[in-house]
Amino acid sequence: MGKTISEKIISEHVGRDVKCGEFVVAKVDVVMAQDGTGPLSVQELKKMNMERVFDKDNSVLFIDHASPSARKELSNSQKLLREFSKKTGAFLSDVGEGVCHQRLVEDWVNPGNLVVGADSHTCTSGALGAFSTGMGSTDIALAFALGKVWLKVPETHKFVINGVLPSGVYSKDIILHIIGKIGADGATYKAMEFEGDTIDNLSMSSRFTITNMAVEAGGKTGLISTDETTRSYLEERGRGDKFREIKSDSDANFEKVLEIEAAKLEPLIAFPHTVDNVRGISEIEDVKIDQVFIGTCTNGRLEDLKVAASILKGRKRHPDTRLIVIPASREVFLEALREGLIETFLQAGASVESPGCGPCVGIHKGVLADGERVLSTQNRNFVGRMGNPEGFIYLGSPATAAASAIEGRIADPRGYLK
Amino acid sequence: MNSPIYGKAWKFGDDISTDHITPGRYFHLRSDLEELARHVLEDADPSFASKVKAGDIIVAGRNFGLGSSREHAPRVIKLAGVSCVIAKSFARIFYRNSFNIGLPLLETNTDEINEGDDLKIDLEKGEIEDEFNGKVLTFLPLSPFMRKLIEDGGIEEHIKKYGDFRVE
Repeated sequence: MGKTISEKIISEHVGRDVKCGEFVVAKVDVVMAQDGTGPLSVQELKKMNMERVFDKDNSVLFIDHASPSARKELSNSQKLLREFSKKTGAFLSDVGEGVCHQRLVEDWVNPGNLVVGADSHTCTSGALGAFSTGMGSTDIALAFALGKVWLKVPETHKFVINGVLPSGVYSKDIILHIIGKIGADGATYKAMEFEGDTIDNLSMSSRFTITNMAVEAGGKTGLISTDETTRSYLEERGRGDKFREIKSDSDANFEKVLEIEAAKLEPLIAFPHTVDNVRGISEIEDVKIDQVFIGTCTNGRLEDLKVAASILKGRKRHPDTRLIVIPASREVFLEALREGLIETFLQAGASVESPGCGPCVGIHKGVLADGERVLSTQNRNFVGRMGNPEGFIYLGSPATAAASAIEGRIADPRGYLK
Repeated sequence: MNSPIYGKAWKFGDDISTDHITPGRYFHLRSDLEELARHVLEDADPSFASKVKAGDIIVAGRNFGLGSSREHAPRVIKLAGVSCVIAKSFARIFYRNSFNIGLPLLETNTDEINEGDDLKIDLEKGEIEDEFNGKVLTFLPLSPFMRKLIEDGGIEEHIKKYGDFRVE
């Protein structure tokens, strides 16, 4: 019996052949925490008298969730991370550098790596053929100090997506379709592997959007085999030598296989308050939108900003709809600036904020008023997610978000792309 | 963890997220867990924190604890005095976080347990007895490592005891 990607990568990090269902202790390559979860990790390490990191370059602290800080309690928590970095040598990615998951794929993660992070969307890196998964603060504290974690090797569900995506339909719509189909717990504890010619033809940026949301179906990680697209991405980032072929064996055991025809998809929206509450744009009646947010680890990359800017160019946001744009990292921001995208957003009436999680985590930069509706390119729409349990969060692609900002209601982007 | 566990049931529905348990607007209280615990489950039941008593048991539907990796969620549940959470199923990160901090989670069909029922949980026998209606439910057996984490009082105590992870 062959192995899945998860079984292969975990076997390498355990030092023997492992199969799904086994409990193992595995070495890790990259460990990270952010300002919402890292302070608790630091406190636990202090308590255990274990304030150290296994590998300075690959132990990373990101200040992205409340960045720059919105209040003194958060500032004090962030100070803890800066002090821990000074003391142990752990790498600090401070205010303005960007969202942890985007920064990890830009500068740290390579194919075949085992990555753990104190953030549920750590699964994003799986698009690079790395086994990457979210955990809690104590797990990550121990991983910082010991360079290893306990794991249960997951079973794998395979999602095969074939065909050409229609105009106006993006990888965000693919993953929303899958989550709508299998449910918010449809892949609980499972690794989700995505393959097929649609995936082969996606850029790395679009692939990250898919793996980012694996956890929204309960997945332990989302994985994509490496190919020439992965190789070029790593080469452009100066890590061409780190390319490796990572893929499941043809006789590997997949617990479930789901096939999807890309050509049949349309722009999709996840309605409040669960990510699996997905509807096609053609079946949606008039939904007025008070705020549009384009950004996050899901859809805040250059490709996403380009799509949004192409729709917003020469147009204005609806007078009753606020538009917030946040590039996922400093690098994305700089490139968007060079390409004139930021000017397009500003001319369209957007508020462009510094890189970070922004209003997605409900602390700052766009908390909703009671009864307000937001259309966001983020990954999650739970009650209270954006800081107000009386708010309503709709999720869609950057194109759908841009079209909706113009019309002031949930709008079909396809009319803008002809 | 002493077994059996006795406690009163508080019922919740499906898909209770970590945002219901520890709302994002209290992000700044994460550095003060006692204070954060005053808001436990506020967005699912605003009065829960004032009603819950030491030893009580949360009984929920499917996919309890979905969402963010914040370990603060199981920590404030434990700090509020909850001895155990029973649900039809749990989200993965919440599951490992809970066992890592010594909070047992049990999976069974919770439909027949009602709010206010007195429950008796025997971790060894794998049984939940509803002392109100006399029904006895069996829960999915815990894996040996999860049992060990509960016996040790969480992963930190486990590491102190063995100096390393003992998953075998």
